[in-house]
Amino acid sequence: MIQSGDTAFILVSAALVLLMTPALALFYAGMVRSKNVLGTIMQSIIMISLITLEWIYLGYSLSFGPDVAGVIGGLNHLALSGVTAAPSPDYAPTIPHLVFMIYQCMFAVITPALITGAFAERVRFLPFICFSVLWSVLVYNPVCHWIWGGGFLGAMGVLDFAGGLVVHLTCGVAALVACIVIGPRKGFGKRQFIPHNLPMTVIGTGLLWFGWFGFNGGSALAADGIAATAFVSTHIAGMTGMLTWTLVEWYHVGKPTTLGACSGAIAGLATITPAAGFVSPNSAVLIGLMGGLICYTAVLAKNRFGYDDSLDVVGIHGVGGLVGTIALGLLASTAVNPGGADGLFFGNASFFLSQLTGIGVVGGYTLVVSWVLLKGINAFSPLRMEENDEEIGMDTSEHSETAYQA
Amino acid sequence: MKKLEIITRNHKLDDVKEALTGLGIKGMTVTEVKGFGRQGGHKEVYRGAEYQVDFVPKIKIETVVEEGIVPQAVEAVSKAARTGKVGDGKIFISPVDDVVRIRTGESGPDAV
Repeated sequence: MIQSGDTAFILVSAALVLLMTPALALFYAGMVRSKNVLGTIMQSIIMISLITLEWIYLGYSLSFGPDVAGVIGGLNHLALSGVTAAPSPDYAPTIPHLVFMIYQCMFAVITPALITGAFAERVRFLPFICFSVLWSVLVYNPVCHWIWGGGFLGAMGVLDFAGGLVVHLTCGVAALVACIVIGPRKGFGKRQFIPHNLPMTVIGTGLLWFGWFGFNGGSALAADGIAATAFVSTHIAGMTGMLTWTLVEWYHVGKPTTLGACSGAIAGLATITPAAGFVSPNSAVLIGLMGGLICYTAVLAKNRFGYDDSLDVVGIHGVGGLVGTIALGLLASTAVNPGGADGLFFGNASFFLSQLTGIGVVGGYTLVVSWVLLKGINAFSPLRMEENDEEIGMDTSEHSETAYQA
Repeated sequence: MKKLEIITRNHKLDDVKEALTGLGIKGMTVTEVKGFGRQGGHKEVYRGAEYQVDFVPKIKIETVVEEGIVPQAVEAVSKAARTGKVGDGKIFISPVDDVVRIRTGESGPDAV
């Protein structure tokens, strides 16, 4: 039966999650050079339109349609057929099916937008759009079904509260593949790519954090105690991540930086995502701490490995999702959420192993499909901007506009 | 007549301007410039990666003065712009053949 409180909460949560995409646009745009600021923003915000269309006509059905062999959703909900104001007994029995659909839509929108940070400043718009839509169909929708839509990973007991695997690990792995296939920015290693407007990144961070309450809190799919747990653990991990990154950077480099504080917050928030509704506040502190510390190390490792993940999608989102999923396998407690599981530290080794399996399957699948997809698109329409266009910048060469007039 | 080109730190602009106007110098042109001298650039750190910023933002003040006032002007500017640390800037002094005031057509020292 529809509960008005739950419905109101999930509607608001959906709006909060939507806000995260333009927030991400600002977060990323502040870190690129001024000639690429609009192109970077465009790569995020266009997803709101493209992926919403993909979602209502195909993606929702593939993700949440009736299960076919544990692998994919059936086509029963194509073009939202059967998705009405009546609740769905399979997913959220107290809110209209439409509300569940649009809430999930916002997750589908932000995930491909997250990937764009990896190949920022060097990709042509048309092949990029083709990649994002096809990636949503071939990677996001199946993985979403496997874990949340009644597919085989969910049946195995793999848990992912708000998208550590479905959102962060998939985008992190795709990001790694993308920056290897597409190659580094022109002048990488010789020239400097200094962020052009860090206050913009700070605004983006604040809005992302705000939206994350809807992302994680709303994933309870009801305005209840689990939502409270998720909301609180989200904030706790974000603030712990921020503090940890800042302190580690202060010790390691000599000065605490604004970009470091923002990066740590996002790392903490990404890391808690899979675990948000399943762990206690103290565990959330630990998870935020791990997020800050490990993601910082991962970002530094990038410089050692020499691949050009422009805005650290791998180090922050990929590694954050990975660490959070492992941490959930360790720290989950049925005392916090009876609908969850006990982790390894609470005596349940098999749940820990199923989490590792989830990482292996989702990571491996995403890696292979993303690689094939990028290579395939590249053969038809080169992903890479021409050298001269890259030099001029995406804003002018791809969109014929300029962010800042001299 | 001599032209003084003064390269100084951004935050010293007001001090230098006051020093020059205090000597009765009536006009100057200010440009935001970038460059480096012995100071070199400076380091910035983003997500643990160090970046060497070669070109440091500075202010260039140009003014044309009568020859007799040059030693006083140089002294006043040096005093105003000096911090004692590397990167305080330079004063370039060069001869000026003539000056024409466009509005009136006056030339020479009267036009300055």
